[in-house]
Amino acid sequence: MNTKLMPSAQAPMVRDSVLKAENLSKEVISPEGSLTIVDDVSLEIVSGESVAITGPSGAGKSTLLALLAGLDSPTRGRVLLAGQDLTQLDEDGRARLRARRVGFVFQSFHLLPALTALENVMLPLELGGQPDARRIAAETLAGVGLAARTGHYPRQLSGGEQQRVAIARAFVTRPAVLFADEPTGNLDTATGSRVGELLFGLNAHEHTTLVLVTHDRQLAERCGRAVRMDSGRVL
Amino acid sequence: MNLVRLALRMLGREWRSGELGVLLLALTIAVAALTGVGFLVDRISAAVALQASEVLAADLRLGSPQPLSDSYFQHARAAGLASARSTTLVSVVFNGEASQLTSVAAVTAGYPLRGRLLVAGEAFARGAPAEGIPATGEVWPDSRLLAALGAHVGSELSIGATAFRVGRVLISKPDQGSTFAELAPSLIMNAADLAATQLVQPGSRVSYAGLFAGERSAVEAFKAWLVANKRPGERVRDITDASPQVRNAVDRAGRFLSLASLVSVLLCAIAVAMAARRYVSRHLDTVALLKTLGASRSFTLGVTLLQLVLLAILAAAVGALLGFVAQEWLLRTIRGLLALTELPGPTLAPVGVGFLTALAVLAGFALPPVLQLARVPALRVLRRDVGPPPPLVTLAFGPAVLVVLALVYWIVPEPRLFGYLTAGLTVFVLVLAAAGLLLVQLAGRLRHGVGVAWRFGVANLSRRRAESVVQLVAFGTGIMVLLLLAILRTDLNSDWQRTLPQDLPNYFFINIPPAARDEFVQFLQSQGARTTKVLPIIRGRLTAINGKPVEDPKSGRAAEEGFATREQNLTWSADLGADNRIVAGHWWTAADMGKPLVSLASEFQESLGVQVGDHLTFDIGGEPLEVTVASIRKVKWDTFQPNFFIVFVPGVLEKVAGTYMTSAYFTPGAGHSLAQLAHRFPSVSIFDIDELLTQVRGLLDKAALAVQSVFVFTLLAGLTVLLAAVQSSRDERRYESAMLRTLGASRATVVQGVLAEFTTLGALAGLLAALGASVGAYFLTTRWLELRYSFQGWPWAEGILGGALLVAAGGWIATRTVINQSPLKTLRS
Ligand SMILES: Nc1ncnc2c1ncn2[C@@H]1O[C@H](COP(=O)(O)OP(=O)(O)O)[C@@H](O)[C@H]1O
Ligand SMILES: [Mg+2]
Repeated sequence: MNTKLMPSAQAPMVRDSVLKAENLSKEVISPEGSLTIVDDVSLEIVSGESVAITGPSGAGKSTLLALLAGLDSPTRGRVLLAGQDLTQLDEDGRARLRARRVGFVFQSFHLLPALTALENVMLPLELGGQPDARRIAAETLAGVGLAARTGHYPRQLSGGEQQRVAIARAFVTRPAVLFADEPTGNLDTATGSRVGELLFGLNAHEHTTLVLVTHDRQLAERCGRAVRMDSGRVL
Repeated sequence: MNLVRLALRMLGREWRSGELGVLLLALTIAVAALTGVGFLVDRISAAVALQASEVLAADLRLGSPQPLSDSYFQHARAAGLASARSTTLVSVVFNGEASQLTSVAAVTAGYPLRGRLLVAGEAFARGAPAEGIPATGEVWPDSRLLAALGAHVGSELSIGATAFRVGRVLISKPDQGSTFAELAPSLIMNAADLAATQLVQPGSRVSYAGLFAGERSAVEAFKAWLVANKRPGERVRDITDASPQVRNAVDRAGRFLSLASLVSVLLCAIAVAMAARRYVSRHLDTVALLKTLGASRSFTLGVTLLQLVLLAILAAAVGALLGFVAQEWLLRTIRGLLALTELPGPTLAPVGVGFLTALAVLAGFALPPVLQLARVPALRVLRRDVGPPPPLVTLAFGPAVLVVLALVYWIVPEPRLFGYLTAGLTVFVLVLAAAGLLLVQLAGRLRHGVGVAWRFGVANLSRRRAESVVQLVAFGTGIMVLLLLAILRTDLNSDWQRTLPQDLPNYFFINIPPAARDEFVQFLQSQGARTTKVLPIIRGRLTAINGKPVEDPKSGRAAEEGFATREQNLTWSADLGADNRIVAGHWWTAADMGKPLVSLASEFQESLGVQVGDHLTFDIGGEPLEVTVASIRKVKWDTFQPNFFIVFVPGVLEKVAGTYMTSAYFTPGAGHSLAQLAHRFPSVSIFDIDELLTQVRGLLDKAALAVQSVFVFTLLAGLTVLLAAVQSSRDERRYESAMLRTLGASRATVVQGVLAEFTTLGALAGLLAALGASVGAYFLTTRWLELRYSFQGWPWAEGILGGALLVAAGGWIATRTVINQSPLKTLRS
């Protein structure tokens, strides 16, 4: 266990732990035999913290993120998200938890091409049965500076604009944790830093915990803490 | 409910963005094809039935040896049906001293309800349609009767207690029959005069017929009521019981049409399966994202299912409308060509059937992949290569197989044929899949020997392994069913043309005395008639089977046909006619001549339940004669050649006194010759079957119209469906072509690559389809349509060339816009 990378673990319980991984491992069966892509990882992240997961390509960052967010189940170990043991929940249970507590931003944006910017942002609210989804979504979209683009389809937006819509969609439910997998990976440096700006602004403003996988050194440096991975292990 | 609202909202949004176009298009075309063919089949079979019912002079005929109750006619009137009565009896008709045994039909106004009475001003003249029936006090005798009595229009004939004036000459009536059972000449009179003749006495042999006609569903309902309420001894007949010639033609046309329906169903299934694949692959990301955002599995499933059902309803409505418009247009176009006057209006049934079939096909072919869709893990948002877990094979293919089986059985409910069809189809699909795998492998090897474009195209085939196999199976099956239909259509039409050539004998002559035989034939030839072979006729009665005397059967078909009791026409012949086929035993050889052997038509054999080797005893001119059943023949009655149920081996009956029969073709307007003939050979009975031939020709014309137009329609539908199927690979190509162009490939190279891929795929699919269609056609023509099969080369050329061209064209059309799109735009999205 790597305790020196978890200063808050020894700190007094002033801030709640919002995400905790205990001895997480993920093995997959590949043609060359069993492959351990996440190897005995433990970490704890407290509310409002921002954590960067870095490392070379193929290190297992995305896999770890998927395990932490409950998108995938670990071979061993467990994840506590907002006090809930993800390994005790079934797929639908994890989905319900994600609906209330978790937001996502992806490298390739993952906007639904058939929906306008506003409709994309409304989607999580609609799934949660929020009555005034349209108003809240419009406000959030205005918050990322896209008030003028609400009726546009993803294909009519630039990459940076698409990612801002994705960020609005991730924040619109006021999640406890926001996961981002290479959010600037598909963007040029200038656009990327504007997106980073937005993420950290919301992190500060909304006290949302930020867990982001990134290659972007600038982005990683702005995080409160960095977790380096290689070959499935946290260094 | 939240789910429904959200599903609707998402559907609306997807609709606006044009995302659902292809699935909707494929479904709509499929439903249009299905209902269009359904409408055609429905209306044309109604037209065929209408034509066929002419031989009954009605849609429904109730016959009885007892007077028919008025309640039947009241019930028919209440049901909106037209009705008439025809009472027939045999009586002697006098013209002064001359007399002749005559079949007298007394009919009521409205007769005939189907078909027409042809009358003329003199005997053996060309008939023109009569208006109404004979007035009271008037009779319409036929040419033979006038010739026998030496009478003419205006003569006074006495029948029973009354005298009648000859108003017109009866040339033909639709229900005169064609079995030559009634040897007597005939005459029709008004039913109102029947009582005055005092011919109907207790004990006299009279048959009463009630004729009913009207709108199809009303006739069907009335028939059911009649069957349930008729008295014993009364017999209901409709076109299914009509003469064998007509029944054969109607059956074959009906079989072809149902096969056409089956073809459109299969095409529809292919289109839906392909469209569903595309729908699923386009929605994998959406479902994964919805799950990431917190949607449960049942929610995503509910949303997709609801969307699919809504789409199905929309497609069914639009498709049914399109199908209706298309068949209406087609019928209007073709109707002019065939001078078709009346065509029954459409019923709503095809819409319902099309709709239900579309739903069934959707459930079988679209549901399994859509159910899979709901199983795609949320993880896909992070790892693109993660798809839904592989389904159980039974779940993936089970519903599709079940739906196809159910549909095939519904259309072809004969267990044996159903077995053949499904086994054939299964083998064909397996062969296609195996060939697909082989092609994929070969393509992998071949690509080094060809140019850039071909290498790219052919490499694609082996890279998209599963896709290629699926597409090959889809195209192959589609082309195969279309080719099969085309081959059967040709077989059927050429058979019909063979059946009824223009110079088919239109007069039959019976009772030619042996002494006058040669003179008679010479006379026919001197009159310019084309003569046919002369056959002996011996009258005889079956008295015992295997030594056991036959009694009058009390019921069943044998009783109705009177096979066992009635005098039979026997003949002998050395050769088996071209329209006869041996189904059991064997035809006699030279060594059999003179042995006591007999060959039976299958109808006769079935109704008596005898087998090859059984012994039959006939009473011929008072002498018993025991013979052994040597063979059973299947007779094609619709050739209108003289054929006999019972044929003896030559050398057995020659010594018995008999007569001869023959037939001849007279050109129209040979009335004078025939009158002369009737005068010179007074004992010879002349049968004019010209009008019957016209009836049957009309029938075959309609059947041919059905076959042609349904075929054209199925072909068009098939082409559009194949196009829709090609569309499904569009997405996969978008990215690829952009990549290639970015890497410096010219637009032309990319296009050539696509063409190479589709051409290879299409040609192979066409080749295998031609093979499948030829084998299938062999079985279907010989076993199902009972025609002769002749190998045809054109399906091979059309299959391979057509397959390559069509699939390539379809592929090009589908990918053109993709290729034209700027690579930057594609790669950015
Ligand atoms: N289901 C799987 N099967 C086989 N290999 C996998 C699977 N999931 C991940 N991997 C492999 O594990 C390694 C880590 O993947 P990933 O977490 O995506 O790395 P990163 O995001 O750090 O680039 C990669 O080499 C990847 O190919
Ligand atoms: Mg990654």
